[in-house]
Parts: sequence; structure tokens; C-alpha cells
Amino acid sequence: MVKFNRFTLDNGLRVIVHEDPTTPMAVLNILYDVGARDEDPDQTGFAHLFEHLMFGGSINIPQYDEPLQRVGGENNAFTTNDITNYYITLPASNIETAFWLESDRMLSLAFSKKSLEVQRNVVIEEFKQRYLNQPYGDVWLKLRPLVYKKHPYQWATIGKEIKHIEDARMEDVKAFFKKHYNPQNAIMVVGGNVTTEQAKQLAEKWFGPIPAGEKYHRNLPQEPTQIEARRQTVTAKVPLNDVYIAFHMPGRLDNGYYEADLISDILSRGNSSRLYKTLVKDKQLFSEIHAYNMGSFDRGMFVVEGKPLENVSIEAAEAAIWEELEIIKQQLVPADELTKVKNKTESTMVFSEMSLLDKAMNLAQFELFGDAEKLNHETDKYLAVTAEQIQKQAQEIFRKENSSTLIYLAA
Amino acid sequence: MKLERTIAPEFKAVGQIELIKPEQIDLGNGCKMFCFNSGDQDLVRIEWIFGNLRFDPAKPLLNVAVNTMLTEGTSKLSASQIADQIDFYGAFLQVDYGYDHSQVVLYTLTRHLAATLPVMKDIITDSVFPEKELATFIRNQQQKLQVSLQKNDVVARRKFNKAIYGDTIYGLGAELDDYKTLHREDMLEHFKQMYQPSNCTILVSGKIEQSTLDLLKESFGKDWCNSSIKADTSQPDLKPAADHFYFVEKPEALQSAIRMGLPSINRTHPDFPCLQVMNTVLGGYFGSRLMANIREDKGYTYGIGSGSSSLNKGGAFFIATEVGADVCKSAVNEIEKEINILKTVLVPEDELSLVRNYMLGSLLGSLENIFSHADKFKNIYFSGLGYDYYDRYTEVVKSITSVEVMQMAKKYLDTDNFYKVIVGKY
Repeated sequence: MVKFNRFTLDNGLRVIVHEDPTTPMAVLNILYDVGARDEDPDQTGFAHLFEHLMFGGSINIPQYDEPLQRVGGENNAFTTNDITNYYITLPASNIETAFWLESDRMLSLAFSKKSLEVQRNVVIEEFKQRYLNQPYGDVWLKLRPLVYKKHPYQWATIGKEIKHIEDARMEDVKAFFKKHYNPQNAIMVVGGNVTTEQAKQLAEKWFGPIPAGEKYHRNLPQEPTQIEARRQTVTAKVPLNDVYIAFHMPGRLDNGYYEADLISDILSRGNSSRLYKTLVKDKQLFSEIHAYNMGSFDRGMFVVEGKPLENVSIEAAEAAIWEELEIIKQQLVPADELTKVKNKTESTMVFSEMSLLDKAMNLAQFELFGDAEKLNHETDKYLAVTAEQIQKQAQEIFRKENSSTLIYLAA
Repeated sequence: MKLERTIAPEFKAVGQIELIKPEQIDLGNGCKMFCFNSGDQDLVRIEWIFGNLRFDPAKPLLNVAVNTMLTEGTSKLSASQIADQIDFYGAFLQVDYGYDHSQVVLYTLTRHLAATLPVMKDIITDSVFPEKELATFIRNQQQKLQVSLQKNDVVARRKFNKAIYGDTIYGLGAELDDYKTLHREDMLEHFKQMYQPSNCTILVSGKIEQSTLDLLKESFGKDWCNSSIKADTSQPDLKPAADHFYFVEKPEALQSAIRMGLPSINRTHPDFPCLQVMNTVLGGYFGSRLMANIREDKGYTYGIGSGSSSLNKGGAFFIATEVGADVCKSAVNEIEKEINILKTVLVPEDELSLVRNYMLGSLLGSLENIFSHADKFKNIYFSGLGYDYYDRYTEVVKSITSVEVMQMAKKYLDTDNFYKVIVGKY
């Protein structure tokens, strides 16, 4: 149970305070309601590049990191296809420094030319390090456009290609800031050894004067229902063959999401899971196999991925995966197995409450979903799922015409 | 009154840092148990930590394979039954192999400890390494190794460790053929000698009730007996290689992995806290000199850092990064330039005070929950140090001078003796 208080400033900034007097630390987490899905198809990778530029100095503060480190703080950020999230942890006695820094960059960036130039290079190196210079690193650059034909989930957060990053111009940076980085499009969570009164006073002082800006209204092209199986085979310089089968599944807030999430646990969570036991251990067909969902806000992706052993053909590997998927479609999950995945979900939730930062990020995300209080009902949502609902969801997801198969063949 | 946004708010220096010290319980069989109790959440983490046995170059994988395969079967339970029982109660079972120690870790809700602990007891006292599971393990590890060996940073780390640690447990980089030396009989013998009470330390952290302790004492107390052969956890001395430069060419690489550094001191050396400060200035945080120059000024890399590792038989100082293949030489030059500056120009007081505050804040922030307090204990306990280490550490961080930082750089960053590994293009 994560307790919190909540208020909204006149400019529309939503603020949540989680008081935790057991720690000497504090966190300040700001979620901006913008991700790679909000990008122009010809300027992909921009939300993430922009995240880098947020550290290149703001209108009144030339250096972001330096003053924070000086008061014993640390920070980082990440961009997903759905959101961009920034966080600071620091000794609670210095929490005002976090308000000062975050409010200034919400007010306006410095828009320094040097910063744009350098961060373009840094992001290009990130592109190479994580996506191009790794075995199987380019999988998301290939799988996303296979699964999504209209929706902007068709590109990864890093972008479609390096050229889009090279082409980023200062005027684009400024326009992006104006459109997405203002109080109305943000949710702030203050947590740790702070009081709600203190947070309110500091929020009014530092964030209160920031103009509300324009509210961004998202209107994304929706992905049409897939009607035939898709398939792509690539030959790459990788040591082992690899099979990816991706399916469309309900979005984070849609009916059926919790069922789908539990299905991925039944199939692949831990050494007691079905795919591991059957395909790695008993039948000895794969060296590793995983099933997971991406937790996307819009209609998401359910992925089954496995590396077959060297003596196993791609056809046999695929057939074995489908056999397991057919079983979960045709037979109700036994009561013990359902209890098992629910127990795991429940204990994971308790363990996540050990981390102040996790609690703050979760509160921000659930507030974006409409109400931070939903975080405290999350476990109940999983516990309420029945075996029949799981079967029904499995039948909807695991259909050939809903699948996109990507095969890596070792060159 | 107009809000002054150009001036930073007042700040306070980090005061006293309080570490939670454990309660020690004697189990009567040579096994030491340390308890860190904090009742905020209904959960507990239990770590069984064992010293690795002396490295045998002819059978190099015994320590890691025995540890990794502890989940694969006992005389009573199959691998699948072990997994079922742990997962059913929402618990997490991990095995972790390290250079000096191997551990088995259980995370569980306290109320499920009675159900999960018997499985742990079985694993730790009665693992049998079934032939079939061993064959699966070997095959799957060999496949994973093939993927790892395609990663430049992995290859660089392996080459570097081999060079500075030699043919020892620290220098080991498994090759595909090494897996052929694994045999069940050797593993059983290794298991018997290593996983015994006198070679075990148990750390319990979380919500600890009397019933928790009773359960632990019952399972790992006097009925858990030592074997007739004492665990030999001695290790041969490290033998750094004569060659100092290693280049693995990958003609199609987009980036090159760079790893350079040299053998160094470990935590037991009085200079270690000082060295940590010098390391932080050079490459130990986001605002470090290496990051400021090579990422934030030149844009050569997504990340670069330096670090010092502390192991029983010694330590190492290293710098690691992956940079654009076309700028690899320049990056190496810039790294050497930064080291040279550290050795010849005093760190400005402004920068040093920032690093001081950053390090103290970071120490405070690293004490997030009761598990972190147990981790802090591990650092000192297995180095044979007491809690005064942390007093000395904070004292050094608060009082170190620029002259001392320069002395550390001169003493420990002898670039003429650096080992340098490049994987990619150069």
C-alpha cells in the first residue's frame, strides 16, 4: 500500500506527494506525457534525442548535472514509446535544489547549439552500441515495422535510422519543447523524507509561475486489425538462429491486459514456466525461450522469442512453440498454476515497495492512467482474473492471422 | 518578490551516516549467521554465501558450474519440483557466482518462509547434479557463450582479466571446450567440500521474527554437519601477463570496445578510500572528467567510466568504453590525456568539493532499504574489515586534499604499465 497526497497547481501541473520518513533521501520524479509514438514518421528518435537535450542547460541554469551533484544528488531519465520520465534522488535536506533545477528546464531550455551537436553524436553512438553493433541488436528495428503498419509503435524509441537523428534541427527542438514540455503535460511525484506542506510550498514557489502552455491532444493513427500472418526472414552475422513471434494484444488500460500479462507469466516466468520446462528441459529443442509483453499503452505486442538448438530446424522450433500456445488456448489453466502466477505478481508488488524510486515512478504512471490510487488496486486486478478469462484471451491473441514471425538465420 | 532562478538554493552537507549493524547468531556448526531486522515489509532475503574452492586450471569451471546447477536437482527433488515449489509461493531463488564467493539467495514473503526453506535446505545440503541436467546445462551454456563472444565489450573484458589476473579464477574466460572438462563426479566432490557449514555465512535481512530464526536454526543449525575434508579456499597468487597490448580486429565493427588499466590495491589497503575519490574524479560519475571530455564534449561514446575492483587476492583499476570505430585512437589519446592531467595539475577545489558532496550523497542514497545495509556489511566483512572502514571512508571523502588526489593518480595510474585491450578497429 503506497499512501500519497495530491494537488494540482493553477497552471495544470499535477503533483503527488508520498511521505516516507524512514529514509533520509528524497526523490523528485517528473513524467512528461510524450513518447516516441508522438513523433513525426520522418523525424523518429526525436523524443529520446530531446531527453538528452534536457541535460544541456536551461534558461537560467547553464549546467544541469553540476549543481545537483554538488548537493549529493543523482539523476537520470528514460524514454519509451509512450512516455519520457526524469528523476532525481538526493538527500532530503536538499530537496529544494531538485525543484529549482526541474522547474527551470520546464520553463525553458537554453537551446545551446553545442549541446545539440554533441548529443546528436552521443545518441548516434548509443544507436550503434545498442542496436547495430550487437548480435540481434537490430531486432526491434525489424520486428516493430512488421507488427505495426499504421500506428507509430512501428519505430523504436531510438528511431528508424541514424539519418533522422543527424537531421535534427534546432527549430524542431524548440517546437517539440513548446508542444510537449509544459505543466499541463506533466505529472510530478515528490517522495521520501518530505512533508506534503513542504512539497506544496516548494511546488508553488518554483513551478507555480510557469505558464500553462498548450495541452497536447494525442490523435494517433490506430492500427487496423491484422488479417493475415506476416513473416520475414533475415540472414545475419549472428552465431545462432533465433525465432520471434509477435502478436497484437490489449493495451495497458484495455480489457484483457491483465489476462495477457498472466499468460506471459504462465508461459515463461521462472524455471517452473511452461515454455522453459517443455521446450528447454523436456523436449530439448531450445537453449533459451522467453515470452513477454511490452506493457504498451496502446494496443501492444506479445512476443515469444527462442533460440533453437543447432540440430533443430526452424520449422520444428516454430511448430513446438505453436503446440504450447494451442494448449493454453484449448485447456483451462489448472488452479494451482494460476495461483502460482498470481502469488508471484503479489510478491513482486510487495518487493517493489522496497524502493522509493520505484514507488514514485509507479505513482506517476498510474496518475497518468487516470488515478494514482490505481497502483494500490493493481494486485487485486490480477487476483480477479479467472482461468476462463485466460483461455479466452489466449484464443484471441494466439491466432496465425494475428502473428508476425521474424526469423534470424545464422550466416 | 521576484523569484531568483539563476542562484542555486542553499544546501546542507550530508551529516552523519548511520549504518544498521547486524545481530550475530552462532549456529553451533561453524556457520555464521548475521541478521538485519527491519519490519517495514512482510518479506525477507536470505543469502547463503560460500567461499569458492581453490582454482584448478585443469577443471576451470567447477566453481561456477556447481553454483549454477544447485537448482537442478537433489536426491529428493527434481529441477522441476524445485522450481514449482519456489514459484508457487511467489518466492525468488537465485544462484550467483562471484570471483571469491558463490551464493544462493532466497527472496520470500516472510509468511511463506516455512514452505520455501525446506527446498533451500535440500539444495544446499543435498544437490546431486543429474547427468541429464548437466548435459542440458553444458549445451545451453555453450550456445550462450557463442552469443557473448560476438559482443566486443565482453571480449575486451575477458582479454583484460586474463592479462591482469593470469591463469587464475579471476582471469578465467571460459572457452567452448572447457565445458568438456565438467564431470558429475568432480562436481559432487566439489559440492561436498565447498557447501558445508564451516565455509558458509548466512545473511538474513528484512522482517525477522522469532519464528524466522527458529526455522533457520532448525534447518541450518547443529543437524547440518561439516564434511571430513575442510574447504580449501586458498587461491594462487595473481600473475599478470608480460604482454600489455591486445588488439582483436573486427573489420566490420561500428564501434570499438576499449578496456585499459592495471592491477591495483583492494579495500584492505589504507589508500583505498583515497583511490575511490580519485577514481570518481576521473570516471566514477556522470560529471566525471572522462564523461565530460569524451562523451559530453567530443561525442565519441554513449558512455565511459572508470572503476576499481576489490577482490580477496588483489584489485584492479580500469577504464572501459565503447566508442565510434573511426575515433578509437583519438579516444585512447584523450583517456591518456585526462590521466596525465590528473597526475600533473591539482584538481580545483570547486570540483573536489562537488565530488565530496556527490560521494557522500551517493553513500547515503545507497542505503535505500534493509537489503542495502546487509550489502554494506558484506563489503567489509569479506575483506576482513570492521565498520570503522566506513568511518574512515567518510572521513577521507570529507577531508581529502587536491594534493592527495594527485598523489593517488601518480601512485596508482602508472600508464607505462597499463594493459590496453581494443576490440573492433584501431
